[in-house]
Amino acid sequence: MTTKPAAPSLPPSLAANPKLSSWINFAADGKVIVSSGKVEIGQGIVTALAQIAADELDVDIARVQMVRTSTPASPNEGVTSGSLSVQHSGRAIRFACAEIRQIFLDAAAERLGVAPDVLTITDGTMAGPGNVSTSYWELASEISLDRDATGGAQPKSSAQRTLAGHSLPRFDIPDKVFGRPRFIHDSLPPGTLHGRVVRAELPQATLVELNEERARKAEGLITIVRDGNFLGIVCETEAAAEAAVTALRKGAKWSSREPLPDEDDLADWLKRQPATSAVIASKEAATPVAVTRTIKRQYHRPYIAHGSIAPSCAMAQWDENCLRVWTHSQGVYNLRSDLALVFRLPRENILVEHMEGAGCYGHNGADDVALDAALLAKATPGRTVRVQWSRADEMSHAPFGAAMAIEIEAGLDANGEIASWRHTIWGNGHTARPGRADQPTLLAASELATPFPRAISVDPPSAGGGGSDRNSIPLYDFPAWHIEAHRLTVMPVRTSALRTLGAQGNTFAIESVLDELAFERGEDPVAFRLRHLSDPRSRDVVEAAARRAGWKPPKQDDVGYGIGFSRYKTTGAYCAAVAEVEVGEDIRVRKLTLAVDVGEAINPDGVVNQIEGGAIQATSWVLKERVRFDKTRITSNSWTEYPILRFSEVPDVEVEVISRPEIDPVGAGEAAHGPVTAAIANAVFDALGVRLRSLPITRERLIAAMELSS
Amino acid sequence: MPTLRFRLNGVETEIDADPDTPLLTALRGPLGLTGSHFGCGSGECGACMVLVDDHALMSCDTPLWSVAGKTITTVEGLGTEQQPHALQRAFIAGQAMQCGYCLSGIMMSAAALLKRNTDPTSAEVKAALDRNLCRCGSHNRMVRAVLRAAAEMRAS
Repeated sequence: MTTKPAAPSLPPSLAANPKLSSWINFAADGKVIVSSGKVEIGQGIVTALAQIAADELDVDIARVQMVRTSTPASPNEGVTSGSLSVQHSGRAIRFACAEIRQIFLDAAAERLGVAPDVLTITDGTMAGPGNVSTSYWELASEISLDRDATGGAQPKSSAQRTLAGHSLPRFDIPDKVFGRPRFIHDSLPPGTLHGRVVRAELPQATLVELNEERARKAEGLITIVRDGNFLGIVCETEAAAEAAVTALRKGAKWSSREPLPDEDDLADWLKRQPATSAVIASKEAATPVAVTRTIKRQYHRPYIAHGSIAPSCAMAQWDENCLRVWTHSQGVYNLRSDLALVFRLPRENILVEHMEGAGCYGHNGADDVALDAALLAKATPGRTVRVQWSRADEMSHAPFGAAMAIEIEAGLDANGEIASWRHTIWGNGHTARPGRADQPTLLAASELATPFPRAISVDPPSAGGGGSDRNSIPLYDFPAWHIEAHRLTVMPVRTSALRTLGAQGNTFAIESVLDELAFERGEDPVAFRLRHLSDPRSRDVVEAAARRAGWKPPKQDDVGYGIGFSRYKTTGAYCAAVAEVEVGEDIRVRKLTLAVDVGEAINPDGVVNQIEGGAIQATSWVLKERVRFDKTRITSNSWTEYPILRFSEVPDVEVEVISRPEIDPVGAGEAAHGPVTAAIANAVFDALGVRLRSLPITRERLIAAMELSS
Repeated sequence: MPTLRFRLNGVETEIDADPDTPLLTALRGPLGLTGSHFGCGSGECGACMVLVDDHALMSCDTPLWSVAGKTITTVEGLGTEQQPHALQRAFIAGQAMQCGYCLSGIMMSAAALLKRNTDPTSAEVKAALDRNLCRCGSHNRMVRAVLRAAAEMRAS
């Protein structure tokens, strides 16, 4: 008898939620019910997870039914963020299914009187010699999955999987194409009331005067709710709610508290603020080299808005001391924790259920509006209240991606080679997500008569990818480096997690300096990068993107080419991008060519879709986006004031996926932003010989930079 | 309240409402058609686009009185799973979306284009969709889907 090998360690999500039945159940109607703690936010995750489950269990994917995430019924996987859903939930489901498959095979063998290894599973039916067979569903009543995973069963090898690696159509698409209700916005249980919140244009404002007279006259008004600076209404119909909120807004007078910074002095303002400082990484050269010259450059990105196409929306209902909430939050458990803090209730009294919202790119207003709904619903016990934010509130009260100032100082030796590297970051923290602290971070919590302190954003630990420091450690083989981050302890403009956190800014800075050094040395920027990259997967994406883009096409007037590379979060997806820009009347990105390596691509078209989308969104950030404000208020509160890329401005995008089915998969949602940002900036330099180090790269800024350089 | 009449998705429809009510509010509320979406309420994003007499209009800032007697088509009237419109087939075939919230408005915008131009170029499709915003970055897939639908409609 051989010794049983040590059980492999469980994937983190499965270790945190070990009970097998919390992930997988077999329904009497021949379905496989799969529960995940990760939610659909427009990225197609439910289909990828279903593929993994169907593959591992050997069932037809049509049998797989994905359950909407909710606090009582789903594994707690924290937040759907950080491009970790396939990595975390996918691996947990894969391991859970492998173990369940083994448990059922053993039970089937016993029932059929054969050895487990002679059984085959086809669409959930286990068959053996002599025409004996049974199935998951026949055995389900006898086998309890209310047991903890042991990690004792090894998932299939990549060669044994039949669905992973194939571009299966997404489950959610038919509903959306035929206009069937799918979004939380489209769900209206009978008897639902409509709530609206009045927020000042001024951030952190105090409600100094309120005249309710006009609002009281609104037809269908049920109640006006005021708790300190939190103000809202509940009405019978949506039309009535709109009329009442307009009337109430006119009756409210607000005063502002903290002034906003000067938007034209933002980078320097960030550097002047009180901050908590930390050394992110420091590496000494093995053999010290004398630095004979340094170049020092400063980069800046502004605050960036999520700009979800749908305004945030939620529903809530109170029944005695129990609260039920429907939300498009990225983390139902985390939202529940904060709601429990605000209402001083045990978490068990709160049920939070996920419903799909529009595309979500981080911590937007979804959690905030859930508290708004819960506060308004408290005034109408037993009735469901639906709250939807206005476009202006969405663009000015949802948290923004943090503005950053980044300074890089490269020390060069006598041969002009990189001998030292200093990277310093100033800015607000990149997360104030709910559910992570002993104080709630939801917007209305700080507006109540007995307010909770307004949460100042922090940065997630570097080990998990970091926040402002994300992707600040060079991926190149530099002999020495020193990276520091200064996180502001004041926050006049509210910030939290937006796609990539600090990685877009840091990659922009690093890849711009690299490009500048290559140019100074007269080296090709692709060759220069490869000369400093020893990691083979990094080299592969750079080479693949360059090859696919025909690097480097012959010079044409006003057209430039640039490259950018990064491995997202230093541990995630590898991505390189080549941009082709044309600078005439305006700056136009004509084409982006990307290569990406996510390890095993579960749904290759899903990966391509995420990379294309990320590339286009990044182009919009780079060419157009900047949250605008004056001393008192956010002024970019409409699509006119906060323009994004339009169809006629969108570049062609080509994506090459380097498939590595033997390597555990990582997410694709945030891999493209940094490389694309840098590639565009570098291409603008290639076209015009001018470096722009502040985002967005606009025509006005280009003209100003050209005047300065001439 | 006055009664307004129009033809909605092929059915003669009556509604008692304030004539200034936005068409979108009526569609999503009393008329129960939630396929057209609210995005901004001021005609800036296109998530609410519907066809009014073959023209794509933003229904969020179109008052009900202005569509009295007209023919309105929403995404629910474009086609069904049993009898999909060529655009719906093409968007499924091309998996042409991410979140899909902007999708119904974009398909209605494209449907209006294909009524006046059966063989659009890629640039013409982009120009026609320029009033529609997509935040997820699915533009290129959507343009390809519209071209594919146009080709299919010409062939049939």
